[in-house]
Amino acid sequence: MSVLLWVVAPYVALTVFVLGHLWRYRYDKFGWTTRSSQLYESRLLRVGSPLFHFGILVVALGHVGGLVIPKSWTEAVGVGEHLYHLLAVVLGAVAGVATVGGLAILIYRRRTVGPVFTATTRNDKLMYAVLTLTIVLGLAATVLANIAGGGYDYRTTVSPWFRSIFLLQPDPALMTGVPPLFQLHALSALVLFTIWPFTRLVHMLTAPLGYLTRPYIVYRSRDEGRPAARRGWEPLNPVTRAKKS
Amino acid sequence: MRVMAQLAMVMNLDKCIGCHTCSVTCKQAWTNRAGTEYVWFNNVETRPGQGYPRTYQDQERWKGGWELNRRGRLSLKAGGRVRKLLTIFANPLMPSLQDYYEPWTYDYDRLFSAPMQADAPVARPRSLITGEPTKISWSANWDDNLAGDPSPDPVLRKVSGQVTLEFERAFMFYLPRICEHCLNPSCVASCPSGALYKRSEDGIVLVDQDRCRGWRMCVTGCPYKKVYFNHRTGKAEKCTFCFPRVEVGIPTVCSETCVGRLRYIGLVLYDADRVAAAAATPDEKDLYEAQKSVLLDPHDPEVAAAARAEGIPDDWLEAARRSPVHKLIFDLGVALPLHPEYRTMPMVWYIPPLSPVVDVLAGTGHDGEDAGNLFGAIDALRIPIGYLAELFTAGDPGPVRAVLRRLAAMRSYMRRLNLGQDPDESIASAVGMSGAQVEDMHRLLALAPYGERYVIPTAHAEQGAQLEELATGCSLDYEGGPGMTGPFGEASGRPAPVAVESFHALRERQESDDLDAADDLHGRVNLLNWDGKGTPDGLFPRRKR
Repeated sequence: MSVLLWVVAPYVALTVFVLGHLWRYRYDKFGWTTRSSQLYESRLLRVGSPLFHFGILVVALGHVGGLVIPKSWTEAVGVGEHLYHLLAVVLGAVAGVATVGGLAILIYRRRTVGPVFTATTRNDKLMYAVLTLTIVLGLAATVLANIAGGGYDYRTTVSPWFRSIFLLQPDPALMTGVPPLFQLHALSALVLFTIWPFTRLVHMLTAPLGYLTRPYIVYRSRDEGRPAARRGWEPLNPVTRAKKS
Repeated sequence: MRVMAQLAMVMNLDKCIGCHTCSVTCKQAWTNRAGTEYVWFNNVETRPGQGYPRTYQDQERWKGGWELNRRGRLSLKAGGRVRKLLTIFANPLMPSLQDYYEPWTYDYDRLFSAPMQADAPVARPRSLITGEPTKISWSANWDDNLAGDPSPDPVLRKVSGQVTLEFERAFMFYLPRICEHCLNPSCVASCPSGALYKRSEDGIVLVDQDRCRGWRMCVTGCPYKKVYFNHRTGKAEKCTFCFPRVEVGIPTVCSETCVGRLRYIGLVLYDADRVAAAAATPDEKDLYEAQKSVLLDPHDPEVAAAARAEGIPDDWLEAARRSPVHKLIFDLGVALPLHPEYRTMPMVWYIPPLSPVVDVLAGTGHDGEDAGNLFGAIDALRIPIGYLAELFTAGDPGPVRAVLRRLAAMRSYMRRLNLGQDPDESIASAVGMSGAQVEDMHRLLALAPYGERYVIPTAHAEQGAQLEELATGCSLDYEGGPGMTGPFGEASGRPAPVAVESFHALRERQESDDLDAADDLHGRVNLLNWDGKGTPDGLFPRRKR
């Protein structure tokens, strides 16, 4: 059972995540969009959307810090368990509350603003459910662990397990003793990553960072992006044929 | 010198009667789809008026276009790259649907399905966005012919708040607008994904639908508000200059169908290296001249040589020499750019209207076609001239006055000829032209046939055989097979060949006018979409047996 949950499931999720994106990008570039609903309503969006997005960006960075960077590294640079924990809880709580608050506003908006609700597909609803579940479980795990005791040091269990997946030496035993809320959070995240490539979340992978470096005005030739001739049907005109090869 | 070719348009506002034929045919051709109900790539607005979307010219509010920053360098008015990325989650400067208008249809079915009653049934309006009953309060041409209150007009406010009333009585004209296909497009500069681009062959500004991610910054960036957000597909869309048509040498739909024949299409050559410097001209009032200085003379052998070196084909050069647009801008000097102060170098030019001046003059009992009277009126009618100057020359009345004087001279010069009197060379020389030039201008403005109004070189498509429609292969023979729709809603997946797509689209269009939450509208025919062929199901109410 633990192998199924903590070895098979993550690899399945990872594979679907990567291959799913590749497939979606090849097959459905036109559908690769944020599907913004700002045109319908912007008053609630103006508060909710930045709150959620900036919150989740910080949360994501926090996950990188907590899961990817080994405990020994942070201790080597002089950040002790207590300091780390304090930082993580304070930053995590602020970002987590912002994320959940933003998400609540966005879901409220989606349900109550007529045009926005009409534009919501079944796919969106599923995505919202899984996303909300993951975020709420994550926040709950952190908050409850800190209320119940002195906090839970996931950096000796969850984080090594997370890294072991990517090192191709999965160690399910690390996850067996983890509090159930953390386990559920991880599992729901796996579900989220599995459906990710097939939802509107794909817009995250094309965050337009290239904008910072590219020149303002983009010129493109008419011929760019035209499909190449299929094999066996190359044009007769020798001039264009020469130009192509 | 880096010579580039640009397809440009001139509209002669004197001949626009505000019939909206261009808008309607454009809409039928391009934005007759779910998600673009509110979109008019071409719209005609009455000036003075609020425009579409409302008060779009108020750049203090909408922050479109470019401005000079404190160091005198060109920067986007809505903020640079970092600021754009920081506001990407909720663009604070994007117009809402209410700034355009909420599109609607009528519940015509009530007329058939209402039970027998004392009062005649009424087809109530329903929102095309929600399908719910709605109250119509605005549209793309709500303030046609000065209907309502034109005082929120940002241009009018710039001229003067005091004279609004007097001005209303004196002056009104129509302004058809399409995308300006600017030389320095701020929408392109605003796009975080790099999906908007300027075609290097003909300068048409397009949106790559496969690269657009719906960040909505282009809508803000365009000061003319001519980039629209398709709320169904989540992608930006804009006027395409009807590129599939102009590529084969025929004019845009709006030009083709204009009943006043007031549009001219032709090539201009410009020096791409000088665009940025010209757009950064310190004084706004010099921008009109700066814009002209970027354009090159195709008759100049040096320019021709440089153009050839850039790979511009000879037939394009020839077209540039015969271009009516170049002629109207330079040789005749009557075409002006719309809002050069936005610093985007717009490439749809306008001949400002003289007829309102003539009307006022005639209304006061004077001879409205006498050169002396007209020249006097052009000097005296400060407010209309000021208004036109705010539209076309960043507030400098000089060039507008010069153009109107030329048009006035043409009017009275040609009247003498029509009445069989001797040509009066002094009228022509008063505006710096010769009689022959005036007659030439009259020919181009009043008589020019199709081939002279539209000088459009065809695209060089020696690879034409590659295009699916001409391919020797079967056009149904592609991945997914005919009629395939993707799993992510309409139009997802690989593009289908046009022939297949239009076959299915035709059936789709005739049968559905999808309104979620309005089930009783299903199965009806949207007559606006019906192409007149056949009688699709639902065209007539079902026969009772």
